[in-house]
Amino acid sequence: MAGLLQETSPTTGGEVISNYTINFGPQHPAAHGVLRLVMELDGEIIERVDPHIGLLHRGTEKLIEHKTYLQALPYFDRLDYVSPLCMEHSYVLAIEKLLNLEVPLRAQYLRVMFAELTRISNHLLNIGSHVMDVGAMTPNLWLFEIREDCMNFFERASGARMHAAWFRPGGVHQDVPLKLLTDIGDWCDTRLPELFEDAMSLVVDNRIFKQRNVDIAKVSRDDAIAWGFSGPMIRASGVPWDLRKSQPYDVYDRMDFEIPVGTNGDCYDRMMVRVEEVRQSARIIKQCLAQMPEGPIASSDRKVVPPRRGEMKQSMEALIHHFKLYSEGFHVPAGEVYVATESPKGEFGVYLVSDGTNKPYRCKIRPTMFSHLQAMDMMCRGHMLPDATAILGSIDAVFGESDR
Amino acid sequence: MPVLHSAPCFRSHDGLVDVLGPALGDRLIGVHQEHGELMLSVRRDAIEDVLRTLRDEHQYQQLMEIAGADYPQRAERFELVYMLLSLTRNHRLMVKLTTDETSPVPTVTRLWPNAGWLEREVFDMFGVLFDGNTDLRRILTDYGFEGHPFRKDFPLTGYQEVRYSEEDKRVIYEPVELPQDFRIFEFTSPWEGADYPLPGDEKATMPPAAEVKTTDRPAETGAGPGADAKAAEHVARGMASGTVAGQGHGEPVPEETAISDPGAPTPTEDRPDRPARQESAPDTKGATELNKDADS
Repeated sequence: MAGLLQETSPTTGGEVISNYTINFGPQHPAAHGVLRLVMELDGEIIERVDPHIGLLHRGTEKLIEHKTYLQALPYFDRLDYVSPLCMEHSYVLAIEKLLNLEVPLRAQYLRVMFAELTRISNHLLNIGSHVMDVGAMTPNLWLFEIREDCMNFFERASGARMHAAWFRPGGVHQDVPLKLLTDIGDWCDTRLPELFEDAMSLVVDNRIFKQRNVDIAKVSRDDAIAWGFSGPMIRASGVPWDLRKSQPYDVYDRMDFEIPVGTNGDCYDRMMVRVEEVRQSARIIKQCLAQMPEGPIASSDRKVVPPRRGEMKQSMEALIHHFKLYSEGFHVPAGEVYVATESPKGEFGVYLVSDGTNKPYRCKIRPTMFSHLQAMDMMCRGHMLPDATAILGSIDAVFGESDR
Repeated sequence: MPVLHSAPCFRSHDGLVDVLGPALGDRLIGVHQEHGELMLSVRRDAIEDVLRTLRDEHQYQQLMEIAGADYPQRAERFELVYMLLSLTRNHRLMVKLTTDETSPVPTVTRLWPNAGWLEREVFDMFGVLFDGNTDLRRILTDYGFEGHPFRKDFPLTGYQEVRYSEEDKRVIYEPVELPQDFRIFEFTSPWEGADYPLPGDEKATMPPAAEVKTTDRPAETGAGPGADAKAAEHVARGMASGTVAGQGHGEPVPEETAISDPGAPTPTEDRPDRPARQESAPDTKGATELNKDADS
C-alpha cells in the first residue's frame, strides 16, 4: 500500500527531472534491421535522436579491392538485399563507363525491365512493413504474396531468388525464356493490379493509417535538398527529381512514365509516392515487353564478356577467353568515375577508381540511406515516440546498404 | 571518342571550366576531364570556400558523397572527393583535395547538414581529421575499434576477431587466427608486370658458399637402423590444413573401434522403417517451354 501511495503523486515535488534516454534497438522489429537509436525523451516527446549504425558493417568496399571486377559483382546484391538488381545496375554501368563498352539493346531492355521489377518488389516490402509498423497486418501479407511472385521471376531469369548476380558488365548473364516474358506480362495485367490495389484499398484512405502518417515528419523542399535526399524522399517533398528521367541510363529515355511528386513532404506522401511508383514501374515493364528486340544479351567484346558454353566447345580462342576472364578477369582503363542510378530508395552511386589492373583500386559506394537516416534527428524532433517507427518506415531503411 | 556506354548521361561540361575557373581563382589547382567526368582539384584549406561558391553561385545544391581514397606512395596519401549535384542544371561535379594523417581538412558541415556523417565515415575509415566538425565519432566500425580499416596498409582480415564464448557467456575479442594463410591470387600475366617470387628464387642472388659441404664417408649420410626405424613408424594421415603433401603431423594412428559413439544419430539414408518413394517427380516442362505447336 505504501508503494502505491508514493506513485500517485504526478508532480516531482520541486525536483528537476532530466530527460529520459532510451535505446531503440539494436534489435527492434520496427527498426527494419540492426539499428540502434539513442533517443532522448521528454515524457513521450522525442527531443533528440542519435542513430548508431554500422552494426552490419562487413567492409564490402575493402573486400572489393581484393577481387576482380567480376568477382566483386555479387557483393552488390548483398548491399541492399531488398533490391539487389538495382545495386548491380550502378556497378555494371560504372565499369561500362570506364571501358566505354556498348551494351546490346536487348540487354538494356532486360536490365530496365528487371530493375523495375526489383523496384516493385522493394516498394512492396517497404509499403507492407511501413503499414505494419503503424498497426495493419493484412496488407503486408497480401503484398508479400506479390513479392513472392517477383522472387519467382528472378529465380526463373537468374537461378537465384535474391542474390541474382545477373547484370554483368556488357549485358546480362543469360537470356530469359520467352515463357517468362509472357508470364511477367500477364502478371502485370492481372495479379499485380488485383492484389496490389486490393491491399492499397485497405490502407490509403484508412482513418487510422492517415492519423499515424499525415503531417508526421514534414520535410520542406529546402530541407530535403540540403540534407541530400534523393529518390522517393525528395519527390515527396515536392521536387520532381528522378535520375531515370533527368539522367537516363540504359533505355529509360525510351520509356514513357510519370514521376509522382508529393505536396506535403510527410510520411503519408512518401508512402503514396512509392504506391504510385509501383504502378509506373508496371507501365515501364509492359513497355519493355512490347519494345524489346531480339538479339544478343551481352556485348560481343570477348575481352570483357565471356563466350557462351556452346562456343567454347567449338573454338579454341573462346576457350582461352573463358579461362582468362574467369581467372585473371578483364582489365579496366585507369581513371575514376562516379555513376549514380535511381535505386528504389534513391540515388545509389558507385565511385570507381581503376588503376588499369584487373581489380578496382577503390570502390566507394554511396548508400541512399546515409543521408536519409542522418536526417532522422531533424525529422523526429518534437514528435511522439510511436511516430519514430512511422518515420523509420517511410525512410525505407535497409542496413545492408547503409552499413556496407 | 564517341560515347558507346549506356551509363547515366547528364549535361555536358562544355564551357563550364571557363566559368568555374575564374570564379574559383587561385583556389583551383587543376582541372581534369576523363571518362565523361569533370574533376576539379582545389587547395585543401579553401575547400569550404570553394564549395560555398559552387553551392551559392553555381547552383550545385546537393552534396551527395564524400569519398576517400588512400595512395600510400604519395606524400599526401589521402584523396577526398566531394560529389556535387546540381538539380537545376542537371550536372555532376567532383571536387578533389589531398591530405595526410595529420593535416586536418576544413569541415563542410556548415554548408550541408548531411556532410556530418560523410565526414565521420571518412574519419572512421581513413583517419582523416576534419577541422570544425564537432561530432567526429566513429560511425561504421565497432565501439572501441582501433585503426582505420580502409587504409591500404590495414590487412583485409583485420587484427581482432569476435565470437561468443560459451564458457564466459559473453562476446569476446581475440587476435585473428587464420587456419589457412591469406592467399592473394595474382592472375596478371608475367609479361604485364607480375612478379612471382618462387620458392628458391632468392638463392639466385646469393653468393656461392665459401666452403662446399660434402659427404665423404657412409657414417656422415645419417642412414642406418635409427633412421629406418623412424621411417617405419605409422603416423596419422595428413589433415586438411597445415601439413606438407599429406605427410601427417607425426601423431599416432587412431585406433578403429567396432562400437560407434553411443550418442551418434542413425544415418538417414538407410532407415528401414521409411517406405520407398512411389510416384515420380512432377513434370516441369510446361513451365519452361512454350507450346511448340503454336510456335511453328
